[in-house]
Amino acid sequence: MSEIHVDTDAPAIEVRDLHKSFGRNEVLEGVDVQVESGQVVCVIGPSGSGKSTLLRCVNRLEEPTSGRIFVEGVEVTDPDVDLDELRSRIGMVFQQFNLFPHLTVLDNLCIAQTKVRKRSKDEAAEVARANLERVGLADREGAYPAHLSGGQQQRIAIARALSMTPDLMLFDEPTSALDPELVGDVLDVMRDLAAEGMTMMVVTHEMGFAREVGDSLVFMDGGVIVEQGDPAEVLGNPQEERTQAFLSKVL
Amino acid sequence: MSAPPVPTPTPTRERGARASARSPRRRAEISRYVQYAVLALAALAVGLTADWATLREQFFNGEILPELFPRIFTTALRNTVTYTACAFLFGLALGLVLALMRLSSVGPYRWIATTFIEFFRGVPALIVFIGFYYGLPIAFPGRVLPGGTLGVVTVALGLVGAAYMAETIRAGIQAVPKGQTEAARSLGMSHTRAMVSIVIPQAFRIILPPLTNELILLTKDSSLVYVIGLSLADSELTDFGRRNLSQYVNLTPLFAVALSYLIITVPLSVVVRRMEARADRAR
Ligand SMILES: Nc1ncnc2c1ncn2[C@@H]1O[C@H](COP(=O)(O)OP(=O)(O)O)[C@@H](O)[C@H]1O
Ligand SMILES: [Mg+2]
Repeated sequence: MSEIHVDTDAPAIEVRDLHKSFGRNEVLEGVDVQVESGQVVCVIGPSGSGKSTLLRCVNRLEEPTSGRIFVEGVEVTDPDVDLDELRSRIGMVFQQFNLFPHLTVLDNLCIAQTKVRKRSKDEAAEVARANLERVGLADREGAYPAHLSGGQQQRIAIARALSMTPDLMLFDEPTSALDPELVGDVLDVMRDLAAEGMTMMVVTHEMGFAREVGDSLVFMDGGVIVEQGDPAEVLGNPQEERTQAFLSKVL
Repeated sequence: MSAPPVPTPTPTRERGARASARSPRRRAEISRYVQYAVLALAALAVGLTADWATLREQFFNGEILPELFPRIFTTALRNTVTYTACAFLFGLALGLVLALMRLSSVGPYRWIATTFIEFFRGVPALIVFIGFYYGLPIAFPGRVLPGGTLGVVTVALGLVGAAYMAETIRAGIQAVPKGQTEAARSLGMSHTRAMVSIVIPQAFRIILPPLTNELILLTKDSSLVYVIGLSLADSELTDFGRRNLSQYVNLTPLFAVALSYLIITVPLSVVVRRMEARADRAR
């Protein structure tokens, strides 16, 4: 299987009966999620409920134990799938940024473009600069990550993912490692991205963002999806006891 | 059952209180004076008992010293540097391969690398040299390593260096946070590409100081090549020292050779200390 045939009518992400165990610890106990193209789905839930694991299964940073996952109609869980090609179309943003500390900001944004996408140096730099502009850091292309604030690093990390021109983006608690005053800038970038129609799956504790930007909200607890639906509905009028208990603690 | 004996309270608190009557600073001062006095006595004893005239004659002989120049630099020091540099580069390349084999998910790769590393770390370099020199012609009759003496030294010394460097490199690779590989893979990089472009460059920054230390050790281990019997032109510092030692029946050549080693090793060790200081500050 060399060519991947993207089905544009298929959901951007489709997760069917996903199970994941670490040793004897079953972390995901049958999860079904669907993200339509252009949608923003936010995932909330207590720590340890399996949110990161779910997200990391979507681009197979974590190997699912059973179940099937499709991205734009291509089966991610197919053992013969070209994972590298698939991942290059799925942007991922981590809680700890994970910028490459030995490379400048510009090189952070260019390296995968040239080595994976096989773009020319000039073309890659052009794409990179456009994305730096987008996250409001056009003046920092020569800096090293260590010289940037956490908020700037996370915006660079978003720009790095965007430079691959991905079809969808996964965010794993992108603002959880940030000082409170730096959260807003990162959320603004994500808000713009959503407004431009990017498909996004966002694990977050920012209920305001989930309510305002999310098309759908998923509440996870103990490795299962307890409740999902319209964010305002789920947040304002939770039907399940576990959702009510969680929200009463965080709101 | 008898009742447990009543523990006699140790008067720690009182003892502590009495000791602190002499402040820790004052005690440290006294201790330092005692140390100085001992050092001064030792120096005096050496100075009085040593035979200075003979020492001078034997170690800094003004007639022999000029005879050693310029060969000690143009031949001996140069050969030592060449042997060490070639062995280091060969060992570094092989060490990187061994480190990646040790980290491989393929069992046989791990076993081969582990066996190699344990063997060459556990066997004295001198034995490796002798075995290499006499063993190769027996194992591969009629064949010789390219590069003559330099080839033999590069491979023999490089094998020893590779075993040590492999462990250093492996530790460096493992010290690079897992998030770096994950970020690279999530951008679509293959395992190899992530290693080459992201992990290995960061690992080498971490291990630059221990690798430089390895270079110092290799410089000294290069002295063992005399066992393979060097021609005059291939002679390195130690071989040079030994030849002149027997020629002049005087220790001056050896002393000059020792100083020549320091010309290589001291700057390297200063570099290591600088790098470590910089790494400390960056933390
Ligand atoms: N690599 C791993 N090895 C073993 N257990 C893991 C691993 N990653 C996560 N877990 C476990 O899986 C559970 C869910 O983790 P995670 O998906 O990170 O939850 P969340 O992101 O909701 O906080 C936790 O109990 C965690 O300890
Ligand atoms: Mg998490």
